[in-house]
Amino acid sequence: MRSRDLYSLLLIVIVAGVALFINFSPSQSFLGRDVRFHLGLDLQGGIQVLLRTTSATATKDEVQTAAGVIERRVNGLGVGETVVQVAGSDRIIVELPGVENPDQAVETLRGTGRLEFIDPQGQYIPTGTVVRTSGDPNPAKLANTNPVSGTATLTNTVPTGPIYQSITDGKDLDTGAVQPAFSQGGTLGSRPAVAFAFKGNSARSLEQFTSSNVGKPMCIILDSEVVSCPTINAALPNGSGIIETSKAEDRDRILNQLKYGALPIPLVVETSRTVTATLGQASVSTSIVAGIAGLIVVALFMILFYRLPGFLAALALMIYTVISFAIYRLIPITLTLPGIAGFILSIGLAVDANVLIFARLREEYRRGRDIRTALERGFEESWPAIRDSNVSTIITSIVLFLFGNSFGVSIIKGFAITLFLGIVVSLFTAIVVTRTFLRLAAPVFSEQNAWLFGIDRRNTPSETATTAEAI
Amino acid sequence: MENLVRHRYWWFAISLLVIVPGLYFLLLNPLITTGSFAIGLRPSIDFSGGSMWDLRFPGKTAADVTTGAIADIFAKNGFEGAQVQLSSVDVNGTAIVEVLVRTKVALSSTDPNSQTTAVINALKATFGDVTREQLESVGPTVSQESTRSAIIAVFGASLAILLYLTWAFRLAPHPVRYGVCALIAMLHDVLLVLGVAAILGTFFGLEVDALFLTALLTILSFSVHDTIVVFDRIRENLINRRSGELFDDIVNHSVVQTLPRSINTQITTLFTLTALLLFGGQSIRNFIAILLIGLISGTYSSIFNAAQLLVVWEHREWRNWFRRGNPDGDQPAIPA
Repeated sequence: MRSRDLYSLLLIVIVAGVALFINFSPSQSFLGRDVRFHLGLDLQGGIQVLLRTTSATATKDEVQTAAGVIERRVNGLGVGETVVQVAGSDRIIVELPGVENPDQAVETLRGTGRLEFIDPQGQYIPTGTVVRTSGDPNPAKLANTNPVSGTATLTNTVPTGPIYQSITDGKDLDTGAVQPAFSQGGTLGSRPAVAFAFKGNSARSLEQFTSSNVGKPMCIILDSEVVSCPTINAALPNGSGIIETSKAEDRDRILNQLKYGALPIPLVVETSRTVTATLGQASVSTSIVAGIAGLIVVALFMILFYRLPGFLAALALMIYTVISFAIYRLIPITLTLPGIAGFILSIGLAVDANVLIFARLREEYRRGRDIRTALERGFEESWPAIRDSNVSTIITSIVLFLFGNSFGVSIIKGFAITLFLGIVVSLFTAIVVTRTFLRLAAPVFSEQNAWLFGIDRRNTPSETATTAEAI
Repeated sequence: MENLVRHRYWWFAISLLVIVPGLYFLLLNPLITTGSFAIGLRPSIDFSGGSMWDLRFPGKTAADVTTGAIADIFAKNGFEGAQVQLSSVDVNGTAIVEVLVRTKVALSSTDPNSQTTAVINALKATFGDVTREQLESVGPTVSQESTRSAIIAVFGASLAILLYLTWAFRLAPHPVRYGVCALIAMLHDVLLVLGVAAILGTFFGLEVDALFLTALLTILSFSVHDTIVVFDRIRENLINRRSGELFDDIVNHSVVQTLPRSINTQITTLFTLTALLLFGGQSIRNFIAILLIGLISGTYSSIFNAAQLLVVWEHREWRNWFRRGNPDGDQPAIPA
């Protein structure tokens, strides 16, 4: 037993020990890091949307700003493990796992958040009406009406109706002044409201308009939709005031949209995927069963076919599993259903290197070498094949990762990452771990217990047979 | 000992036997049945755009729900020609009707909420309780881009692997041959899997989605993985070549030497994939099935195509293919 092997064993024990600790840490944290599994949307339920801007002139900066605004709004929702990222030149991916009402959440996020006050020419426009304003004469909400009956055809109707004069410009909203508030009394009692303030020109024009139109209605418009049309009781000094709402949810939505600033560009939902938590839970339990079944069968096969080396390889496989899970938790890798499939597939890859080595070991032993030389040669001779084949799989997983990125779909990325990690970790376990185990086990070997190593010299070495034939 | 190289044209014939019917359904069948040229694969909403709804009707049996009634409700809400598929799921011991609906049009990009609410409310009015387990919608711009990225991904991966192989085998004589032969074996697997997908799509409605593409790329890499193991042996045996040893024998020898490894690795992968197929859940079942077919094809092509093609190339046997006489190449025409 050489000291080098003992050092390797020590290293393996430490790595496996740390990995085990990460996996079974009761506090679910490691060095202050949260090491819980991150489950993808398909496993824990939630929604993923791909938002696209309809503005043809949107710059990269504007998309980036929009993503920033959305990110702050997402944080305002108080959901964990969310993703907001820019994809390509005109898209933003938003992932909201475990959201109760995903549709509503997405509406809150993608609303432009453009607050306007219009002069309704003395009318009280009903709440929810989409209106044309001088600030946005052709709102997207009017342009693309979907057919309500099956016979109607989808047409791009040119919006009609009056264009109302905007008193304020959404850009002048002082986001710092946007706060939750309660309206004071009135006939309806205290109601949830949002306090706001405008700056600059908009503040002046709002003050002017309200002071000269006391007793007349004025409409509050958010993203081309009428929020309310209150009667002006008094002038709004310095362009500040409150917006009354009827429900607390509406208040929260308006507050969230206004507080973090307006989106510089309009966004539409290009792609959306929602999964319920129950469906995700079912997928998790089936994946666990599949993973355990796969591991057991592969381990049994290795033991039956390669005896003691097979057993050591199975042990290395367990270490492989523990290390992989620890890495998933540490980085963290968001686990998806294809990601788990990628891991289970990599179990096959992890033993492939061992299969190569053991096959080589048997060959070398049959050629008449002693167990140690056969062992070392088995590792050395199979290395080029292991290296080359794994590099090609690494190339593919990188291509898959890049491709998955442009797809805007996290499922492919999940598969690519677990496959990539699987190759890297399996190289460690198949080469370092199994090799150390085998070296340490070599002294046990003798001609009498050769069966334990699954090797013997009785079979005619195939080498001679072929050579004889060839000559 | 079995001489695998001697029967190489039989191995090629077996490959063709599987690939040709697939190609028929991939390329000719759409032309014959519809009269216009098309690829015989059924694209999922990932590539064609549209929406996919997974609905459950608690407390209903299959007799209570008809596909026609559901399709009508979707049509009334702006989704003409929706495809409805009924199945049954077991939830806590009771069977519940599960319905998959596919529409050609994606959800409205400006106001998806009211649209889904309208559909669900209409379904509730007719069938009582309805839960929406899953809803995917893919708009037209994304689906077009996905198709483009898919093609780029396959070609990009192939090119990268070809370059790497040529480099890895730079010490062996004719390094380009190894890359090209590995690539042909890879093409074999791609054609086979696409063909099988076309057949399954024609008869069982299998859809080609983003996961299918993932499976295809994985098959590519595993195919090359297998081929490299065989080629590596050939390279090693060529370097230690004894005088008078025939190239055919070296290849055969190398294939036979790597056979136990090829079979054992194949078996372990088959085990894990079968476990996934049996327990891995409905949503990745097609993905695993395609992987399974592709990996078997990958192992076959590395042993019976890639290595054999090296021999064909060594003898430039194509010069004999169209001559009179026995083109079977039982004996190498020119000694190496």
